[in-house]
Order: sequence, then C-alpha cells, then structure tokens
Amino acid sequence: MARMKFLCDADRCIECNACVTACKNEHEVPWGINRRRVVTINDGKPGERSVSMACMHCTDAPCASVCPVSCFYTTADAVVLHSKDLCIGCGYCFYACPFGAPQYPKTSNFGSRGKMDKCTYCAGGPEADGSQAELDKYGRNRLAEGKLPLCAEMCSTKALLAGDGDIIAQIYKERVAKRGYGSGAWGWKVAYKETVAL
Amino acid sequence: MASKLSAAFRALAFGLLAVFAASSLPALAQQPTSVNPTAQAVKEEQLLQALKPGAPVAGRISIPDKQAANLIQPGRDWRAFNQETLPRLGAYSLIGIAIVLVAFYMMRGKIRIDAGLSGMKILRFGALDRFTHWLTATSFIVLAITGINVTFGKIVLAPVMGPEAFAAWAGFAKLVHNYVGFAFMAGVLLTFLIWVKDNIPSAVDVQWFAAGGGLLGKGHPPAKRFNGGQKIIFWSVVVGGFLLSLSGWHLLFPTAEAIEHVQWQATLHGTTAFVMIAIIIAHIYIGSVGMEGAFDAMGSGEVDLNWAKEHHSLWVEDVMKGKRPAGNAAPQPAE
Repeated sequence: MARMKFLCDADRCIECNACVTACKNEHEVPWGINRRRVVTINDGKPGERSVSMACMHCTDAPCASVCPVSCFYTTADAVVLHSKDLCIGCGYCFYACPFGAPQYPKTSNFGSRGKMDKCTYCAGGPEADGSQAELDKYGRNRLAEGKLPLCAEMCSTKALLAGDGDIIAQIYKERVAKRGYGSGAWGWKVAYKETVAL
Repeated sequence: MASKLSAAFRALAFGLLAVFAASSLPALAQQPTSVNPTAQAVKEEQLLQALKPGAPVAGRISIPDKQAANLIQPGRDWRAFNQETLPRLGAYSLIGIAIVLVAFYMMRGKIRIDAGLSGMKILRFGALDRFTHWLTATSFIVLAITGINVTFGKIVLAPVMGPEAFAAWAGFAKLVHNYVGFAFMAGVLLTFLIWVKDNIPSAVDVQWFAAGGGLLGKGHPPAKRFNGGQKIIFWSVVVGGFLLSLSGWHLLFPTAEAIEHVQWQATLHGTTAFVMIAIIIAHIYIGSVGMEGAFDAMGSGEVDLNWAKEHHSLWVEDVMKGKRPAGNAAPQPAE
C-alpha cells in the first residue's frame, strides 16, 4: 500500500486559498472550521512564502497517542482518521498536534467543544465507504473512489501535492533540481521524521 | 537682459541636472534586481533553527482564526509527559500513599481516645463549616475519579468495557468534570475564607511537629483549633485547589491561547491533581478509619469532649472560657 503524504511546494503556492475553499465545499465543513489553511511566512518581505497546511497524517501521530478514548486509527494508506462516535471533544489532540489540525465546533453551552474535526485526506471515517453516515460526519470519501484529496487536485499551480510519499517527494526533487531552489518540504521533519533531501 | 541670460543659464543647468539624474536612475532601478527572490526564499530548515525554542513557526493568515497562523507548533515534549511521565507520577502517588497508609495502620493501628469516650459532646464544626467541607470534598472526589479516568481510563477501563461503552462513560465524565469544577472552586474559596484565621502557622505548630503530632510517639502535643497536620491539609487544599482551579479554567477554553500555554496548564493540572489526590487520601484515612472520634467533627459536627481535649487542648480551653465560638454559624452553645 502507498504511504500517503501531503507536500506543499511553497515556491509555487500563490496563496489563492482555492485548496481551503475546495475542502470546505467538498466536505460541507462546519462554520468556523478550516481543515486546510494557507499561512504566509515573512509576509511582505523578500523571500515571502505561502504554505498550505492541514493535518499531515503523521507517522506515529501525537494526537492518537494522547487521545484518552483512543478514537484515532491509521488506515492501510497511512492516513490518520478518527471516530466521531468515540471522540469526547476533550481537546487533548489539539494540545499535542504540531500543525493545529484538530478543531472543535462550538455545539453546546458556554462555548464547550463538540466532537473534533480535522482533515481526513478525503478518506472519510470508520463508517462504510461512501455511506450517508460517513458523508454527514466526515465528508466525502474520495480515496475510496480512487481519487486523491480535492485540495491537491484543485491546486492551480500544482504547489500542493498529495499521493504516495515517495512519488511526490520525487516530483518535488525534480522540480528543485530543474529550477535550482526550493524552500523545503514544510512539516515533513515534524510529521514524518524525515525530509526530502535536496 | 542680464536677468534673461541668468534665467536661460539656470534652465540649462536644471536640464543638465535632470539628464544626469535620469542617467543615474537605471543604476538605482537595478538595485532591487540584485535581490534574488528565489535565493532568499524562506526555508523551513532555517526557520526552525533560527527560532528560539518554544516559539511556533508562524505567519499571516486570511481567515479569522488567528491561532491557525501558527504553521508548526512547538511543544513536542508534552506528549511524552502526558503518556509517560504523568501516568507514572499518578501510579507512584496512588500506590505510594496506599502503601504508606497500610504500613502506618499496621504499625500504629487506629488512634484511640486515650481517656476513652466521655459521653459529653462539644460542637466543633457548625453548619457553614460542614457545608464548606462537604462541598469541597464531594466535588473533589467526583473530579478526582473523572480526572483519573482521563489518564488511566484507556489503560484500565477501556479493555474491560469495550471502546464504545468506555467512550460514552468518558464523554459523560468529561462533562461532569467540566461543570463540577465550578463547585470545587467555590468550595476552595469558602475553605480559605472561613478557616484561614485559624490556620496561620505559629510556634505551637513547631512544638506539635517536634512532638510527632500525636501520630508518632506517645501523647498529644497541645494544639489550637487546627493542629500542624491540619494546617498542612488546609494550605494544600488552598494552594493546590487554587492551582487546579486556575489551570482547569484555562483548559476549559484551550483554543483561546497559545498552545504552549495550554500544554503548561495541562501539565500543571495533572501534576497538582495527583499530588492532591494522594494528600486527600491520607486526609480521608485519618478522618475515618485512622482515628477514633475524628469523623464526628465533620459528621454531626459535635465531637467527644475527651477527643477534643486530647487533640485540640488549647482550643477546648478557649471555648470553655467563652473566648471564641465553637464553630462557624453555630448559634447553639456547646453541650
């Protein structure tokens, strides 16, 4: 099986936020939650770069480790998913996540947290693939249909790459070799404990 | 004529100057192109190394959630604390206090009233005293059980209950923990307000500790309304309760502040909680099975006179002489 990863080529990202919009629309993400976001580093300065960031589907994910009800699981494609039936909205995964991926809808009194929501790599949840229950809770399951995450497929400059880690790393390496520069595979060291050698 | 000439000369000079200035403009314009935007691209590697430890890799974001501007968060140590250090600390404190208490009971046995029951009662804690105690006590026990569940539930209960039943219980426990926390805060505040005046450390406490506090050695050293040991419990509850309340309050709204602050609050909350649980287990022991006549103080509020004389000799004298009321909100006199 493939080891699915995200890689954002920051030298290509133009901060158009199409990935953010596509994600919100595809999965009917609740108000106030952005499973994906674009952060601009060194804004307005020479060498400014924008990075599209979501859950990186870490190797040995910290969220899964600290969860007090063990609601996380890793699929055969190494996608980190969680069960909203088990999640109690305690917030621990948010404390542990390096990328600020877990978010909580405000559902009840005093602004207390609802069940956690995060990027599913367009792979849904524990429910049957393509079922209505899965769609309601987690959004579209594109992976089960043989499609890649919509954010990466939508990306107009092909900055955001999704797919097997080895393949997208190779694509990125070739790009860097050809154009002569690259700002690095953002988040890879933290998420996968390895980086793309340039 | 002269003025015309000078005007023409001035115009010429200005024109020359303009031409000179214009010729130098391309040189100025070329300067920014010597900045190679690609070579100067911000690199993740540089950022991670340049940042001081604990600072996030952050930028600008166009969505309202400003927390989302943090691209890569610091605090990779909290996971290890939460999954290794805290459970170990918890296990040590819970098992440790159990061993200490069992050993103490086997050595010392139940602490009896030396003079036996007098049959006469003296009011020790009035209605307000007991309300405050039991408000704090019941909320603490509920919070302790629901809190321990967060650390040990998935290790101990989940394999027995199954993931669905355990998640349902844990979800309920989380809600209970969040709301009962406010009752505990009120209890700690009341505890401080009504008992602080009798809990200021004094020379009597030094003698009390020097004499073994009636726990070790023979006889009972003199004590006022609260002895040295009780003062330790009082200040533990006040300080520990304050730290738990403060950190717990922050943990109710974790997305409102920087992630490393939340991790600190969670660390403080868990550590303080296990220390407090161990202290309170010892407190429960000595207030129930560990000492004859002690429970009455918080049960009915009236203790046996001989018990009071042995454990709080100076306080009994004060009450007998009418120097002080026996308990808070206690209109009826001691029998």
